[in-house]
Amino acid sequence: MALLEIRNLHVTVEDKPILKGIDLSIDKGEVHAIMGPNGAGKSTLSYIIAGRDGYEVTDGQILFDGKDMLELEPDERARAGLFLAFQYPVEIPGVTNTTFLKTALNSLRKGRGEGELDAMQFLKFVREKARPLGIGDEMLKRAVNVGYSGGEKKRNEILQMAVLEPVLAVLDETDSGLDIDALKIVADGVNALRSPDNATLVITHYQRLLDYIVPDRVHVLADGRIVKSGGKDLALELEAKGYAQFSSAEAA
Amino acid sequence: MAKEMIKDLSLAAGFEEAAPRLPGSDVAWLDALRAQGIAAFRSNGLPTRRVEAWRYTNLNALAKAGFAPVRGDAELDAVPDGAALALGDACRIVLVNGRLRHDLSSLDQLPDGIAAVGLAELLRRSPADLEDLIAPAPEGRDGVLAALNDAFMEDGLVLQIEAGVSVDTPIHLVSIGVPVAGQAVAFHPRNLIVAGAGSRSTLVESHIGLGEGSYFSNGLTDVTVGKGATLTHAKLQDEGAAAFHVALVRARIADEAVYDSFVLHRGGELARHETHASIEGSGAECRLNGAYLGTGRQHIDNTTVIDHMAPGSQSSEVFKGVLAGHARGVFQGRIVVHRDAQQTNGHQLNKTLLLSRDAEMDTKPELEIYADDVKCSHGATVGELSEMELFYLRTRGIDEATARDMLVSAFLSEAVSELRDETLVSAFAERIAGWVEARHEDRTEKAA
Ligand SMILES: Nc1ncnc2c1ncn2[C@@H]1O[C@H](COP(=O)(O)OP(=O)(O)OP(=O)(O)O)[C@@H](O)[C@H]1O
Ligand SMILES: [Mg+2]
Repeated sequence: MALLEIRNLHVTVEDKPILKGIDLSIDKGEVHAIMGPNGAGKSTLSYIIAGRDGYEVTDGQILFDGKDMLELEPDERARAGLFLAFQYPVEIPGVTNTTFLKTALNSLRKGRGEGELDAMQFLKFVREKARPLGIGDEMLKRAVNVGYSGGEKKRNEILQMAVLEPVLAVLDETDSGLDIDALKIVADGVNALRSPDNATLVITHYQRLLDYIVPDRVHVLADGRIVKSGGKDLALELEAKGYAQFSSAEAA
Repeated sequence: MAKEMIKDLSLAAGFEEAAPRLPGSDVAWLDALRAQGIAAFRSNGLPTRRVEAWRYTNLNALAKAGFAPVRGDAELDAVPDGAALALGDACRIVLVNGRLRHDLSSLDQLPDGIAAVGLAELLRRSPADLEDLIAPAPEGRDGVLAALNDAFMEDGLVLQIEAGVSVDTPIHLVSIGVPVAGQAVAFHPRNLIVAGAGSRSTLVESHIGLGEGSYFSNGLTDVTVGKGATLTHAKLQDEGAAAFHVALVRARIADEAVYDSFVLHRGGELARHETHASIEGSGAECRLNGAYLGTGRQHIDNTTVIDHMAPGSQSSEVFKGVLAGHARGVFQGRIVVHRDAQQTNGHQLNKTLLLSRDAEMDTKPELEIYADDVKCSHGATVGELSEMELFYLRTRGIDEATARDMLVSAFLSEAVSELRDETLVSAFAERIAGWVEARHEDRTEKAA
């Protein structure tokens, strides 16, 4: 049984169809990449998986570990092992990164029937996760994403992923806005978490990231549909030829 | 004319009978002040919403409750644990239904250089000392409640901080409202605070209520901050659901002086805190900050008037509140920069978070500027919790109720952080956290 199984997913926003029949199946231990032009519906797909309000699923289903995911609240999905790294991480004034991470981790631990970590245990744990990402105590004490640079926000998403240890991570353009060194750090962070028991869905515009996080499958999402799937070489082909071929196929 | 007044005059009932028993009844100037006060109340009545200063606060319920001056002493053997702010070893002065209670106070712990005496005691012992300090209520409809205080004032705190004295531990004025069976009691505490030149001190007030019965506290506090002095004046108002609380603070701020005020409103049916700050000196600073937390059908009003009368001074205001249920909030902030008050800096900010569709906020900034070299700004926002912030927290496994609480607390922490003293920050933050927790429990109970 696949870890994530999306079947014939149709989604509208304010009566406007955005996703027009998505099929996608990801097994444990796999990395899949989704590429596609601006406005294709990639972020919409990631939000639907995470459970954001304001979308209507008009057809199809999403199964996570065999269970109907659309029935679950966003926090229930997270407790079931889902993580979304946002394309645009949200600023939360007045809530420190540490408080945020600790509350999140402890609610996940509670959901798994594990004891909560106290302040000292947590700090030790989070520092270990933060160090390889180049995130120091100063950034942990600051309000979540407030005043962070673009790259810092993306690294902070990966820190959250490292702390929460998801079963399925969806990374929405986590590479955008990163310099080359940061890209390497983020990719290392993602790779460090890879195991036969979890899976990753990487949304990206750049083949460069896929040199570091090597995907098992690459999908092209255009105009709300997956129009082509292939191995990692598909990314190279897209880099060379662009997406024009798919829009013309669409017209035909 | 009648439309500007509420005709019910029961608050004045029994004045002639009570007057001879009030302290200082044999003092001519005080007698005259009381007579003037009661006359002003009788001719003006309580203001209706047609009176500008009361435009958003309806006093009909106050008029209807039939409050009358308190008689006899309330029974109270101890200040209930945890009711007042947690301020460690602060010297405590306790008023019960407006009367100073020596047995509950710790006046023996007053720091050197600070004198605290009950108003009633001073009015009996040496009324002449008070003649200059007790100023009459403003004339007209705006000043009616102050006029009522003029008429009925009985007790309160007279606090004098010697020039040059610097004290870290706060003086804690605890005002306890105790409903009396079969009586709708009103009390009119009058406090006089004089911070001597160059002194530095902190006065904290906790206004708390016992039980759910109704009472009306109509306080008036006159504050004088002397040249170069710093007075921190913080207040918690957290009374029973049926309490009415109206307070007026008149502050006069001298050269280089700092008046730093903070008010947290948490409880009561109707609460209004009104500050009139007169910046009379140059290089002075006036900070009026506050937070308000409303649920049920609570009504919470913060009204401020800052008069910049001298050049080169600054004022700043940050008021932040959260309103749930059917709660209503009011913020009226007027800044007047007089012609001589060049190089004035004035900033005002009011932010409200509405947690329900039925909650409401009225906010009215007013700038009146007669000088030309002035920097003044104001801003007001009324909004809901951000859907995107909530979603973000929830995608990290945080349940909705907890996520909401985190955002509410975060919003309010900014208001509390205006306090410059760590002890005060944590004492007030604890009160806010308690409110957020109580709401959390309410909701989870309802959901279950
Ligand atoms: N709330 C909304 N209301 C109206 N249209 C929306 C809404 N959300 C998304 N859309 C539209 O849906 C389409 C898909 O948007 P989405 O953000 O999923 O694209 P994307 O593939 O992630 O693009 P990008 O590569 O630029 O990030 C766009 O045309 C967008 O304008
Ligand atoms: Mg996108």
